[in-house]
Amino acid sequence: MKPPPFAYHAPQSVEEALPLLAEEASVLAGGQSLVPLLNLRLARPEAVVDLGGVAELDYIDAREGPLRIGAMTRQATLERSEPVSRGWPLLRKAVRHVGHPQIRSRGTVGGSVAHADPAAELPAALIALGARFHLRSAGGERTVDASEFFLGPLYTVREPDELLVEIEVPEQPDGTGSGFAEHARTHGDFATAGAAAAICPSRARIALFGAGPVPARAEAAERAVAEGAAPREAAALAAEEIDDEHRRALCAELARRAIEEAMR
Amino acid sequence: MRIAVEINGSAYEGEVEPRTLLSDFIRHGAGLTGTKVGCEQGVCGACTVQLDGEPVRSCLMLAVQANGRSLRTVEGLSPDGEFHPLQRAFHEAHALQCGFCTPGFLMSMEAFLREHPDPDDEEVREALAGNLCRCTGYLGIIEAVEHAAREMREGR
Repeated sequence: MKPPPFAYHAPQSVEEALPLLAEEASVLAGGQSLVPLLNLRLARPEAVVDLGGVAELDYIDAREGPLRIGAMTRQATLERSEPVSRGWPLLRKAVRHVGHPQIRSRGTVGGSVAHADPAAELPAALIALGARFHLRSAGGERTVDASEFFLGPLYTVREPDELLVEIEVPEQPDGTGSGFAEHARTHGDFATAGAAAAICPSRARIALFGAGPVPARAEAAERAVAEGAAPREAAALAAEEIDDEHRRALCAELARRAIEEAMR
Repeated sequence: MRIAVEINGSAYEGEVEPRTLLSDFIRHGAGLTGTKVGCEQGVCGACTVQLDGEPVRSCLMLAVQANGRSLRTVEGLSPDGEFHPLQRAFHEAHALQCGFCTPGFLMSMEAFLREHPDPDDEEVREALAGNLCRCTGYLGIIEAVEHAAREMREGR
């Protein structure tokens, strides 16, 4: 089908974009989730605010300290970034599972986060890395931990007048290993479920996606890994509270693979 | 809204609604019907074109988003009427039957081979995953892409 009619705004800066944000306005980042929703008429916004011209949100800054990713950075740019694959290899492992190259060339890091599909890869990887999201509105700025950003399927703490502008990923301690595993019915499809892990001798962070309404840390499994439990035992703890039997079995196995890969 | 887009090296201008999809502008505005429209939700890959050299789903872009940008469609693969090595390989390896999906495959694979001139079998299969074909069963397509890669490495 074709999209319903909407008013179209193409701001050229964050400053110009902020006053255009409203309850009935949809933010168009890469369009790889919003445009299908428009085509299927599952979304009928009064206005679309296209961030394609906001060049100031398209950057990867890994010069020192934390990794800073502008919200409009394309997934393909993240995938090709040398500093990212050196310092934050979990992000590269995760982004390669997002759709297909034809999707990643348009899809953005910020769009994936703000869209909040419970089966999306990047939010889970960012939770495992302890990322923080920077939001801006005409009234000010705030920063939210990735683990507190997601409230439900396609639903986050972002207010309608706020814009996600930057994803900040802290430096990982020396010796951090990373692991990522997912199961999808066909390659490039949305995952049924998956797991992301960032593990170093002093700390383990494990996040599951597709397992519930939001991507979430598996804290019991994290504690078990930190205390020296075998990957299989820790992974079983991660999946313990999932109601659906199939997903529970899937998550236990995927978490085991992610943990083992991270500890290698 | 008035937009100006370069397609296959030629300038195209047109009046579009904000909601006009890029795939519809290419077919109806520019009259380039080589690009096919399948599922219109980003799954089938038939509408794949190249935007500034990168493969994109033209059904998942608004035409206004392409304003001022450069596009390449399947018509741009053989500007002189002579087949591109990929097209020749698809022909020779029987990598198409009805042909509806072929322009999307070609535009995805042309971009892929530029970045991966010497791909292994696994890489080719992964690169093909974003395009659906309902006729051939894919083996001919894999063979065609590997054949074209060899030909292009040898500069033919």
